[in-house]
Amino acid sequence: MTTAEPQKGNGIGKDLAVYVCMLVLAGIQFFIAFQDITAAQMFERMLIVAIIEGGLALLFFMHLADNRGLRWFVIIFTVSVLLGMQYGWTDSSRLTNGVPWGRVNVNTQ
Amino acid sequence: MSQADLTMHGHSTAGAMAEPTFSVPAKKMAMWLFIIADTATFAGCLVAYGFIRNATPNWPRPFHSITNVALMTFILLTSSLTMLIAVREAHAGDKPKAFRWIMITAVAGALFAILHIREWMNMIGEGATLFHNPWGTPLFSSCFFAITGLHLLHVTGGIIALIAVGIRYQGGRYKADDIEITGLYWHFVDLVWMFVVPLVYLLNLSH
Repeated sequence: MTTAEPQKGNGIGKDLAVYVCMLVLAGIQFFIAFQDITAAQMFERMLIVAIIEGGLALLFFMHLADNRGLRWFVIIFTVSVLLGMQYGWTDSSRLTNGVPWGRVNVNTQ
Repeated sequence: MSQADLTMHGHSTAGAMAEPTFSVPAKKMAMWLFIIADTATFAGCLVAYGFIRNATPNWPRPFHSITNVALMTFILLTSSLTMLIAVREAHAGDKPKAFRWIMITAVAGALFAILHIREWMNMIGEGATLFHNPWGTPLFSSCFFAITGLHLLHVTGGIIALIAVGIRYQGGRYKADDIEITGLYWHFVDLVWMFVVPLVYLLNLSH
């Protein structure tokens, strides 16, 4: 068995189209950088574009689109690892910003 | 353990290998697991950078030009395309073409690394080091050099891997699948750059 099987039927045209899409998305990121918006808005928009770019790379450059089982394995495993990491980050957030819900209660009283 | 046992175990192992997980060969699966682990490494660095940036008042925005980083992005994205062509040629059985495209990818990677180092030298020339910079909090240059340095380390490793695997493929020791596995790593390096550029460079662009 070779891993060449999933690539059958996919021409170089598809790779080129994905490449051009990624170049355009990278260009959009640079365009966002020059918009007159807040850093938070800029971060949100750039992150959305980066996630789309990353998704395209994963699906078409790394051929996850051709293997459903592996695709779900990678998504579930990666998201679990990234969520697991948040266990520590919540502590960091509390150290820098205080207890989030406690602060909301104080402000609303 | 008797020879018969060894043979039996050998058969059972071969049987298990005949049906790999998700129809993916073991080496490719190992690369995917490495990529997931490395995703956690980069995510850790980028999230930590986000927290530091958010918690630090008057975060410096020293970048004036996007020319260099735009060129670096273009080169790295293009190298992903050349890597795809190399994998395609390798699976088609055209060794000389596949080898040529692998080397073109490695050259693109080297060009990216040179531009990266040139940018580092410019910043160092302006007085930025790992623990100091002239624009305010030293955390800026610590984060910048740590994150981009980690990525540059991956690019350098990728270039070495491309050359080594390419030569061994040319010599007949490696197969097309090995080229594809190296390609997975190279695409991952490209993928990480898509997050490093906006978070580390573009958000720190002076207006």
